Amino acid sequence: MSAAVRTIAEFRGLTKTFGPVVAASDLNLSIAEGEFLSFLGPSGCGKTTALRMLAGFEAPTEGEVLLDGEVVNHVEAHNRPVNMVFQHYALFPHLSVFDNIAYGLRQRRPQPDRATVKQKVEKVLEIVRLEGFGPRRIWEMSGGQQQRVALARAIVNEPKILLLDEPMAALDRKLRKEMQIELQTLQRRLGITFVLVTHDQEEALSMSDRICVMNGGRIVQVGTPRELYDNPRTRYVAGFVGTSNFFDAVVAEAGPDHVAARLAGGQHVRGKPGFAVKTGQEVCVSIRPEQIALSREAPDAGMSEPVTILNRIFLGEHTEYLVRSGTLGDILVLVPRQSELNAGTFNVGEEAFVSWDENALLILEQ
Amino acid sequence: MRLYAISVYLFLYIPIGVIAVFSFNSGRHASQFMGFSTKWYGKALSNPFVMDALETSLIAAFLTACLAASLGTMAAIALQGVSGWLRTLFDALIYIAVMIPGIVIGIATLIALVTVFGWVNPMLAALWPEGATPPQLNMGMGTLVAAHTMFTMALVIIIVRARIAGMDRSLLEASQDLFATPWGTFRQVTLPLIAPAILAGFLLSFTFSFDDFIIAFFVAGSETTLPIYIFSSIRRGVTPEINAIGTMVMAASLMLLVIAQMLLRRGVSKSG
Repeated sequence: MSAAVRTIAEFRGLTKTFGPVVAASDLNLSIAEGEFLSFLGPSGCGKTTALRMLAGFEAPTEGEVLLDGEVVNHVEAHNRPVNMVFQHYALFPHLSVFDNIAYGLRQRRPQPDRATVKQKVEKVLEIVRLEGFGPRRIWEMSGGQQQRVALARAIVNEPKILLLDEPMAALDRKLRKEMQIELQTLQRRLGITFVLVTHDQEEALSMSDRICVMNGGRIVQVGTPRELYDNPRTRYVAGFVGTSNFFDAVVAEAGPDHVAARLAGGQHVRGKPGFAVKTGQEVCVSIRPEQIALSREAPDAGMSEPVTILNRIFLGEHTEYLVRSGTLGDILVLVPRQSELNAGTFNVGEEAFVSWDENALLILEQ
Repeated sequence: MRLYAISVYLFLYIPIGVIAVFSFNSGRHASQFMGFSTKWYGKALSNPFVMDALETSLIAAFLTACLAASLGTMAAIALQGVSGWLRTLFDALIYIAVMIPGIVIGIATLIALVTVFGWVNPMLAALWPEGATPPQLNMGMGTLVAAHTMFTMALVIIIVRARIAGMDRSLLEASQDLFATPWGTFRQVTLPLIAPAILAGFLLSFTFSFDDFIIAFFVAGSETTLPIYIFSSIRRGVTPEINAIGTMVMAASLMLLVIAQMLLRRGVSKSG
């Protein structure tokens, strides 16, 4: 994010409690104009609450929500220039597709004339590739089509921010992939700020400019998908954004760029620290499955461990091996098809070695 | 078991069937069938007493249905915002209102109204200027409609509330999100979605008021509704004319009930 980009929305110390339950706690975040930001986290992590506070459906208990530089804590949802695509679309069953899309336009005072409404609705129907579907009833549309109607109903109002609450949860896998690409293209084309809530890390990684990972009502880390994947700060982020192997360790020597740590099995490893570490601190060492090499003989340099193959799953372009090390426990290894073609497959029960480059190791917060 | 079920149904429906069949009896007496004829229908429809009673019944039923549907809907919507023990209390009161026997409502309403009128009428008389005749509150159409509305309103509340409860809350939020004011949301989303339930409640209230004898008997005062007319003429013997009236009332009521059922079912399948 360059500094020149304008901030369209901001959370300042935003907290929301429902009785004794803290749904969101001290959220601080600024959303840049035109970006695609995702709130990622498991259900109950506070991501939907954050979105609903932005939409105006929930009033914050503490802190401020800013839209376009103004505090909007007490501005009601129908007076906020944002629109939402609901999880189950929430299309009005008693209205046609056309009337659903025109709904927002018709609430404006003074009301736009018929021709303007018609022209705007038809243009947006074209954008979501539903030309000619205007007179249809909602229940005559398939799930994917309903989703496009929901999208059209929101973007026809040219909102400052488009909020998407798990919009793809009800679609099947193939349709979801298609819609993800379509949404991304649409966002680039319209230049509207998109804020997506999802529990699907793949969805967040593939679509977003930035991801805000949440857990237990707090923001854990905010960054681009690549930053989160390559430099997670905590074990939680590393586990949620992609999969990883984790080993408990104690910091033996804390340097600025590299940290030496002792694994539970007694081995010494070096890795990049994800946060400020102190000598003697208990940390978590993480390594991605695709950064581990599997070989029949121990490599000359770097760190290696003897293992036994426990399980093998063929995934097409990759083969996933579950291996067991006497000291490190079970390790997941992802071997690309090409290197497997070169070295041959390993069978269950076979003895082998895992090895990795020390730059691949990350030292994370427990 | 099956035989048992059949006999229960026969027991329930044979008397009704007999009335319908004997309404087409050409003979003078209700006990023996002399041949097919629709003359009793003509006779009933040209009887001025019957037509007067029918008019009274229709007006009372229409007013009751209008009042019950609008008041009941408002109450149902208002109750959405109530929670906790107050909600439980209201729910209990509504169900009790439906379960109380008509005769209790009839007597209770009669006593209550007579007492209130006994207070209000002298007060009105005292307030009115000398010479002018003060208005007298009396049992009649007003009290009849009031009593019927009270009872049927509970039905409407139950029906409309079930519909509101089945409504997707996110539809209201979507409307709000699309810049509709609370009133705009009510008019454009809530009302159209609960309309089938309101209409069904209207029809049920209409049918109930139209068919009711017990409550009307106590509170109608000098007004004669159709059920009251039938009751009083039966005391002079059951004629095929009464059978004809009964059959017509039954057919009309059944039709309204079927329509109400269809409305409720259609509403559910569409929104589901």
